[in-house]
Amino acid sequence: MAHGAGGKASRRLVEGLFAPLFFGASAEPLADAAHLNINGARMAVTTDSFVVKPLVFPGGSIGELAINGTVNDLAVSGARPEAIVVTFILESGLPTDILQHEIQAMADAAQYAGVRIAGGDTKVVEHGKADSMYITTTGLGTPLPGVEINPQSVRPGDKVLLSGPIGDHGITILLARGELDMEGDLESDTRSVCPLIEAVVAAAGTGIRWMRDPTRGGVATSLNELARDCGLGVVLFEDHLPVHDAVRGACELLGLDPLHIANEGQFLAIVAPDLADAALGSLHSMPGGAEARIIGEVREQPACSVLVTTSYGGSRIVDMLVGDPLPRIC
Amino acid sequence: MKYVDEFRDPKLITKGAEEIRRLADPNRHYRLMEVCGGHTHAIYRFGLKDVLPSNIELIHGPGCPVCVLPMGRIDDALSLAMDPDVIFAAFGDMMRVPGTHGSPLEHKARGMDVRIVYSPSDAIKLAKMNPQKHVMFFAIGFETTAPSTALTLQRAKAEGIHNFSVFCNHVTIIPAIRAILDSPDMRLDGFIGPGHVSTVIGCRPYEWIAKNEHKPIVVCGFEPLDLLQSIVMILAQLQKGEAKVESQYKRVVPWEGNRAALKAMADTFQLRPYFEWRGLGFISQSALRIRDEYAEWDSEQRFHVPGIRVTDPKAAQCGEVLKGVLKPAQCKLFGKECTPENPVGALMVSSEGSCAAYYNYEHRKANLVTSLSSPA
Repeated sequence: MAHGAGGKASRRLVEGLFAPLFFGASAEPLADAAHLNINGARMAVTTDSFVVKPLVFPGGSIGELAINGTVNDLAVSGARPEAIVVTFILESGLPTDILQHEIQAMADAAQYAGVRIAGGDTKVVEHGKADSMYITTTGLGTPLPGVEINPQSVRPGDKVLLSGPIGDHGITILLARGELDMEGDLESDTRSVCPLIEAVVAAAGTGIRWMRDPTRGGVATSLNELARDCGLGVVLFEDHLPVHDAVRGACELLGLDPLHIANEGQFLAIVAPDLADAALGSLHSMPGGAEARIIGEVREQPACSVLVTTSYGGSRIVDMLVGDPLPRIC
Repeated sequence: MKYVDEFRDPKLITKGAEEIRRLADPNRHYRLMEVCGGHTHAIYRFGLKDVLPSNIELIHGPGCPVCVLPMGRIDDALSLAMDPDVIFAAFGDMMRVPGTHGSPLEHKARGMDVRIVYSPSDAIKLAKMNPQKHVMFFAIGFETTAPSTALTLQRAKAEGIHNFSVFCNHVTIIPAIRAILDSPDMRLDGFIGPGHVSTVIGCRPYEWIAKNEHKPIVVCGFEPLDLLQSIVMILAQLQKGEAKVESQYKRVVPWEGNRAALKAMADTFQLRPYFEWRGLGFISQSALRIRDEYAEWDSEQRFHVPGIRVTDPKAAQCGEVLKGVLKPAQCKLFGKECTPENPVGALMVSSEGSCAAYYNYEHRKANLVTSLSSPA
């Protein structure tokens, strides 16, 4: 199956197989977290599984990802993360100190994000399975007042806001696997984006139409999903995209596009034009938000697509990722 | 970023485009072929067609090694790799290329030991780490990658690594250009010459194109400015009625090529009498086989290869697209049966193939009405 890399295949799997059977005809556009109304109480819920090799990499580890990933899914759905439950699938024979390191990393990340770990479960599978450790986290949150995330509310003229540089996480993992004879001064961007989201909601709440954390499949995949859900075009300005030189260099060498590379500590927001500057300003005033940029805007055309334009007048369509990004050599 | 940013400078690109407009005769239609798949990719990736005048038509050439590889070769190699004691190693480029029963990645999902390597020497490393297995490196590429395979063969022999072999699919660029020029329905005004290949073979092997065919050829780099400057150089030659070999990519390409690389290739490879190219058919003396002195490290000499032949579906018009007779979107299957996810024909297989590049970067732009330029 090529369905794990977060691109086209993942979406087809979810839309084609899971959604019709789980949600029936009432299926809504896919979002990062479901917002429910249970007996009058509004809550947001999401779940995510984490499989990464190596477990520890520059800038973070699987435990930190497992908390931040779920926290961020709640945050970009317009909710304040409140509690998380954790499931570990552990490979028999896993050294205790490795597990302890990850539990500590999760505790620290949860504390930083202000979210309570409310429970969990552990299963041990036989040696040779589960790549040492898989972690699943399920998060509960309370919807933030005054913000409504809905791709259908996106309008031509809206601005595309990005919280910071792209590709750091994906390229860090690629280099940390040690299969490439390449080194780079680079760290994963894994972090909770809650403080940034709260700032942007406070500054431009009613103008925020849509948010997403561009994890697997990168910015290109998230924005293609938006374009298809709202039927409009997303036009990006290439020279406005924040990309660190180490990421650009690695992408140039390997024939990859930074727009397809995974991020673990960034988010995209579509903001009404009159509130875009306020939203951007609110991020710039926050720690970790200095590199936020307006990277593009929504237009009528090209419908259901993402187009990248350059300042010299060239342009290209950027599609969702198909499968994992594979380096080009020959 | 050095060696990148200065070749993507918007001001210089705009200037280059203006220079092309100045040189191009508005009453003439120019058909220029970029031979190399890397150029095809760059042209679409940087949206260069948007900045070129409409009477300059770029024809995408045969220089994508993944695209021109017949499916039978993949089937042959994968049939050898069905043996659980074999590790199939290849570049990432090959991983999604379909064989009759699926791509290497799909075989991996079904249990085949398939590894992505970044250079042939990584495959040697794999062989050393897995002494109980046989590592088969699926070698692919023009003269760009052939020297690294050659050095790897020399190393395997010198170090006596016996659980390693190369399934060699290396091809050479000159016979492919000749085949294109021999095609009766082909009309070209000039060539944007391959960049990476020329770092190895140099510029001399192209002289017959200028002398005998009277077409300008300019060896070119892979950045937007490289491509525009090469087009300027070709137009300048055409304006003066000249036809010569020039290099725009002097920062990388030595005129005489890389002698050490050529020597390693001559030591390990010899020309095959003929080889099948997907979309072009059989071309004589267009591919490399491993010399008998290295037979032990040649998968084809060491194992029984079934010699599978698969013909492309008749409806796929890859040959016509490859020769520039048809544009990708004019093929009956384009974007319908044939997409990058489910490629039917050769040119949809690799992102450097003209159909895949056109599909990925271009075809939804066709109905664009709004202005595309970004704010300053």
